[in-house]
Amino acid sequence: MRNLCAFLVGGLFGAGLLLSGMTDTRKVQGWLDLFGDWDPTLAFVMGGAIIPMAIAWRLVPNRAPILGGTFPSPPDPKVGRKLVIGSVLFGMGWGLSGLCPGPAVASLGFGGMGGLIFMVAMLCGMLLAPVLRNRLDAVPAAG
Amino acid sequence: MQTDWIWGLFGGGLIGTAAAIFLLVNGRIMGASGIIGGLVDGTGRNTAQERIALLAGLFLVPAALAALMGGAETHLTPSILVIVAGGLLVGIGTRIANGCTSGHGVCGISRMSLRGIVATVFYIGAGAVTVVVFKHMLGVI
Repeated sequence: MRNLCAFLVGGLFGAGLLLSGMTDTRKVQGWLDLFGDWDPTLAFVMGGAIIPMAIAWRLVPNRAPILGGTFPSPPDPKVGRKLVIGSVLFGMGWGLSGLCPGPAVASLGFGGMGGLIFMVAMLCGMLLAPVLRNRLDAVPAAG
Repeated sequence: MQTDWIWGLFGGGLIGTAAAIFLLVNGRIMGASGIIGGLVDGTGRNTAQERIALLAGLFLVPAALAALMGGAETHLTPSILVIVAGGLLVGIGTRIANGCTSGHGVCGISRMSLRGIVATVFYIGAGAVTVVVFKHMLGVI
């Protein structure tokens, strides 16, 4: 049951990414291109996605997930170095390629060889990340 | 195109609905980088089946839809160097920051998570600077 639901969720997620245009790197880079031919579509996608999810979060307190288990713990308020450094690195890769992890998977079926190479590189990056994360943990915070 | 924003809002609604179902039914956060990353580094071993099922849907449904629509275009750069650099940075960055556009962006901002908001500001900022430098200054992308 959990797996079937996860499959349907993935399918809905993928359909949303395709239909919204987020598997088209031109639309993503167009959103980031503030000084060029700016494309506002991504803001509508984000807004459209945040609304149902905000409603879902309001239903969480004092309940349990339908298929059992527990809901995720409340958000960690700590904004650390890793969050900022990681997000900057991710943003650079996102700007260069126009792909982030969700659309990278969603476009594998029609993205050709380039999409496949991106996926392999991304998986390699994910394998390398724990090493870098440990390095960052080992360096004492400045100040 | 003038209808792009309508499709954006509609597709975004589907993405948010998917995230809402995953939260309310399975009790989990629909963050693409976390779901993939947990399989890659082994941290998500106990939930591997659920992760693989979600990724299968994420791959198969748009592939089928694109085929029905007569194909879809990603307009990905032909430069292998840029693709590899982009992929590596996305993989490393999302795992160090513990989230990407879906996890920090959609799931984080919707619960007013400070981490989600800060991450989103930084990855959009870094992405915009990267496009300025590599497109307008260097002409690489």
